Amino acid sequence: MSDVPEVRPPVVTPVRVVIAVCLIAPFVAMLWVGSYAKTDPAFIGIPFFYWYQMLWVLISTALTMTAYKLWQRDQRSRGVHKGGEAK
Amino acid sequence: MKDGVNGVALGVFVFFFVAVTVMGFLAARWRRAETEHSLDEWGLGGRSFGTWITWFLLGGDLYTAYTFVAVPAAIYAAGAAGFFAVPYTILVYPLIFTFLPRLWSVSHRHGYVTTSDFVRGRFGSKGLSLAVALTGILATMPYIALQLVGIQAVLDVMGVGGGENTNWFVKDLPLLIAFGVLAAYTYSSGLRAPALIAFVKDTLIYIVIAVAIIYIPIKLGGFDDIFAKAGQAFSQTNPVTGKPRGALAPAEATQWTYATLALGSALALFMYPHSITATLSSKNRDVIRRNTTILPLYSLMLGLLALLGFMAIAAGVKVTNGQLAIPQLFEDMFPSWFAGVAFAAIGIGALVPAAIMSIAAANLFTRNIYKDFIKPDATPAQETKVSKLVSLLVKVGALVFVLTMDKTVAINFQLLGGIWILQTFPSLVGGLFTRWFHRWALLAGWAVGMVYGTLAAYGVASPTNPSQKHFGGSNAEIPGIGEMGYIGLTAFVLNVVVTVVLTFALKALKAPDGVDETRPEDYTADAGDAGVQVELPPATAGTSH
Repeated sequence: MSDVPEVRPPVVTPVRVVIAVCLIAPFVAMLWVGSYAKTDPAFIGIPFFYWYQMLWVLISTALTMTAYKLWQRDQRSRGVHKGGEAK
Repeated sequence: MKDGVNGVALGVFVFFFVAVTVMGFLAARWRRAETEHSLDEWGLGGRSFGTWITWFLLGGDLYTAYTFVAVPAAIYAAGAAGFFAVPYTILVYPLIFTFLPRLWSVSHRHGYVTTSDFVRGRFGSKGLSLAVALTGILATMPYIALQLVGIQAVLDVMGVGGGENTNWFVKDLPLLIAFGVLAAYTYSSGLRAPALIAFVKDTLIYIVIAVAIIYIPIKLGGFDDIFAKAGQAFSQTNPVTGKPRGALAPAEATQWTYATLALGSALALFMYPHSITATLSSKNRDVIRRNTTILPLYSLMLGLLALLGFMAIAAGVKVTNGQLAIPQLFEDMFPSWFAGVAFAAIGIGALVPAAIMSIAAANLFTRNIYKDFIKPDATPAQETKVSKLVSLLVKVGALVFVLTMDKTVAINFQLLGGIWILQTFPSLVGGLFTRWFHRWALLAGWAVGMVYGTLAAYGVASPTNPSQKHFGGSNAEIPGIGEMGYIGLTAFVLNVVVTVVLTFALKALKAPDGVDETRPEDYTADAGDAGVQVELPPATAGTSH
């Protein structure tokens, strides 16, 4: 069984909640198709439906990057030794 | 389509093709290790790739020639519905951020080369591992075949495919040559060949897209004109269905389809063996996470590429085979030499994934069928030899498939492949986080998902082609909800329900649970930790401790 209890900081912390939100937000935004299934307002002639989703490529990238940075910090603060930095 | 061969375009195409062929063979010497004859070397490039190589390799792997041809073709045919590829690739990255690093770690600790290796180690079940391996091979074969369809589309537009009435050998000769060359350097260089060629492929693709997205709208009078013309074209009634051809924004009735296709495809993408092969070839855990933050660049490119579908309409490209719409647009819009560059980008775009896919399928066969069931004491050198041979067989199989069967058959099987591969999600991703699921329950859930998905897809008639009564699409009514949705996702939900219910039942009955050879700390291990060497011992590592 995988659930070996160890003494460690709580599993759910504010930082981890932020990480989760960053990762879940794109799902909410993209799967709620009704929120963006329209053609107006257009941007340089491109209907809303298309530029909005392409904008979300950038937003989700920023969110994933934030999650990555926060996760790194979280792991460091827990003293988890990671070879990536330590070589 | 124009008659005759476009000489300049063909010349440029051949130039790039020869260049990558030379690179493919030279790749064998690139970052060569001392122990050449192991699957880690041939099949995973020595597990040594850093962030940028992995980025190019994964990008070259996931965004295939078929993607470049099919996504704008779908837009060209029906408008908004084809754009689901963009939210699909948006959702992939936050998703893999959560589980891929765990797979990397456990695979490096135990020397796993394939997903089935992990499933066998985690659940102690050769049967479940075999199911995952077979699904992977089945789903990959038509995918390779579709890469050939991509090359064929380019050759056709360049005029080297020959007409319908030329001798079949002359007609298919260019494709045979392209594939023979691909098979030869994959055999000799393994994963290093596509990794090196991916640099050329992606550079060409980025250049072509950047030029196309600026140059073509200028020639066509701006995006306003393009979308106005496209909107008009979509509002015309299709004589076959009696409905408008498409729309610029999805109507309410099609929104479920759009969302379920995006979600189901996102869940499925990293179940494909070729995605995992590229992932496991990276040198440490951080490379994977960092890549989830830079891979979306490709999604942006895909979105721009999709817009080319509208441009093809506005430019008045008329093709009966939608797959030819984009190559034809390039031919019509660009000067010959640049059309040649664009065609080279698509052609090379087919070679990279085809090479990785055949390596991935070959690794599955070698590790999870040959070694597990036929020759358990195979040495690493023997494993490598079998893998190399199987990679050839897989490609020949795909070639025969494309040359003997109708192209729509390949596309239909590819749709099925997506539905099938998604059914391995509970075993793989479930297994990465919990050992709660019972191995027999997972196997039963997989079987239910496979059968339901196949039957439901069988029942879908093509909306635009009345003569095609089966496998005409991947959407069907979702039972209980009544909306149209992606069959793969419905099958996946069924799969999970069956797995959970049976796990409760089997645990109550105290059915024998397999041996788990992994430990919790294996899932967070990184390069440099004890037991994780940068250069792993030969592929038997998983069984030796």
